[in-house]
Amino acid sequence: MTIVIGFEGSANKIGIGIVKDGEVLSNPRRTYITPPGQGFLPSETARHHRGAILTVLREALDEARLKPSDIDCVAYTKGPGMGAPLVTVALVARTVAQLWGKPLVGVNHCIGHIEMGRLITGANNPTVLYVSGGNTQVIAYSERRYRIFGETIDIAVGNCLDRFARVIKISNDPSPGYNIEQMAKKGKQYVELPYTVKGMDVSFSGILSFIEEAAHKMLSSGQCTAEDLCFSLQETLFSMLVEITERAMASLWLSGGPDCNLRLQEMMGVMCEERGARLFATDERFCIDNGAMIAQAGWEMFRVGQITELPDSWITQRYRTTWR
Amino acid sequence: MAGMDGGSGGAVAPPSLPGAQLLKQGAEARVYRGRFLGKSTIVKERFPKRYRHPVLDEKLTKRRTAQEVRSILRCRKAGISAPVVYFVDYTTNCIFLEEITDSITIREHITSTQASGRSTETLYGLADRIGQILAKMHDEDVVHGDLTTSNMLLVGEEDGKPGKLVLIDFGLSYISALPEDKGVDMYVLEKAFLSTHPNTEALFQRLLKSYIAASKKAPAVIKKLDEVRLRGRKRSMVG
Ligand SMILES: Nc1ncnc2c1ncn2[C@@H]1O[C@H](COP(=O)(O)OP(=O)(O)O)[C@@H](O)[C@H]1O
Ligand SMILES: [Mg+2]
Repeated sequence: MTIVIGFEGSANKIGIGIVKDGEVLSNPRRTYITPPGQGFLPSETARHHRGAILTVLREALDEARLKPSDIDCVAYTKGPGMGAPLVTVALVARTVAQLWGKPLVGVNHCIGHIEMGRLITGANNPTVLYVSGGNTQVIAYSERRYRIFGETIDIAVGNCLDRFARVIKISNDPSPGYNIEQMAKKGKQYVELPYTVKGMDVSFSGILSFIEEAAHKMLSSGQCTAEDLCFSLQETLFSMLVEITERAMASLWLSGGPDCNLRLQEMMGVMCEERGARLFATDERFCIDNGAMIAQAGWEMFRVGQITELPDSWITQRYRTTWR
Repeated sequence: MAGMDGGSGGAVAPPSLPGAQLLKQGAEARVYRGRFLGKSTIVKERFPKRYRHPVLDEKLTKRRTAQEVRSILRCRKAGISAPVVYFVDYTTNCIFLEEITDSITIREHITSTQASGRSTETLYGLADRIGQILAKMHDEDVVHGDLTTSNMLLVGEEDGKPGKLVLIDFGLSYISALPEDKGVDMYVLEKAFLSTHPNTEALFQRLLKSYIAASKKAPAVIKKLDEVRLRGRKRSMVG
């Protein structure tokens, strides 16, 4: 029996989760929410995490009904992410590991998402579309390691959605992506937007500059509504994502993938059905950044002896997804 | 017509070429082999993708069919080998192409060379010719959009005797003179090349060298290629 506690704080969420051999014992989390039209800044986000982390830690232990001595290993997000929040959370993880006398494991955030996806879906060697604020990657496990097949050549899809939300002043509460999804449901008219697939890669910057340029004109002239724009943006972005996932699968013959937006899941479902593949989607509790995913990846690494020694327990803002 | 047999790979012929045999089913097109007006013909049929909004799907399918034909013609005019276009049916989104008979893909060629234990140095001549043909294509401002070793065919390559290279699969292609677009084209090839063929870094360097030697415009393209590579490594990846 192995129990791992995981600390995640690479972006605007601070989460701590405890995992015992594939079972999530607790997974509390807090989100730093900024006003509409504003993104989150590193130092303010770090301050938020500093203020919340000990409360969240208490909750994680209480909910799991565990004492520190029951824990076998402390996992934390090594990167990628924002520097200041990463440092804050790593510092606390390092401190408790020393206080409790437990080994540390530094985890790649993206691998955390994938390992969590594998755990709750039971998918073995999936092709994963990994989409978040800063990442857009199609990752598959091939030749005994995770490899990136397709990715964005400029900005991430989450970044594109966030910046779009700022352009047309959509609220950040609970998240821009969630509000765009709700508005998109009311959109009726499909507005053509740039669609850029290059090999297995995608590019979103053209869509963003088109929207920044044209959105206000289209809205004020009554050519379309904000809901129509949300709808069209989603249809375009997600089609591109499904397309590169399918292209990766066509070269691999595997399937899978975690993400939350229901329309994206629906589109993936249709594509997989046509290919005779199986779609696994993870639900909201796990595809939003959380501590349990770091604990789960840490659990896998701890089991094969991948410990991070104290002098190596730094963080890094950029971290390519490979795990050899 | 399409959608019914998706993924099953059944022996369904495209409506306009009775008796044709399904050769390959890719992500967005089925490729058939048959005879058309007495000639060995490849039919590439783009089928609807049901996951996409129908308006978007229709636009993409039409655009890609048209681009594929347009870029093939442009290449052929410039003396770059690509299949002859026999006929295009825009109602069923089918392109009828000359079959490049007795060809194998570069992918198959590299894979079998490596599998037979021969050194990749035996492929240097081929890498040189790929670099040259791509330089020529870019000098015509054709950006392929999906450069992989599966989208290049090789005919009649034998020991000591170099074969002919034929470029195919221009659906994602477009016309652009921008070094950035050409740089991304080479970036896409580099990633596909190195991930499909392990331990071919030196071989790909050879290809790039020949590309640079073959085109006056190459330095600007390579500069962009370096930038795009760096962008990938430097992207902040927050969240
Ligand atoms: N003109 C042709 N002659 C011979 N084989 C071809 C020809 N066109 C395509 N093929 C074969 O069919 C495969 C798929 O065709 P391609 O145009 O690349 O479609 P896809 O978009 O599905 O990759 C190629 O890799 C090649 O093996
Ligand atoms: Mg192809």
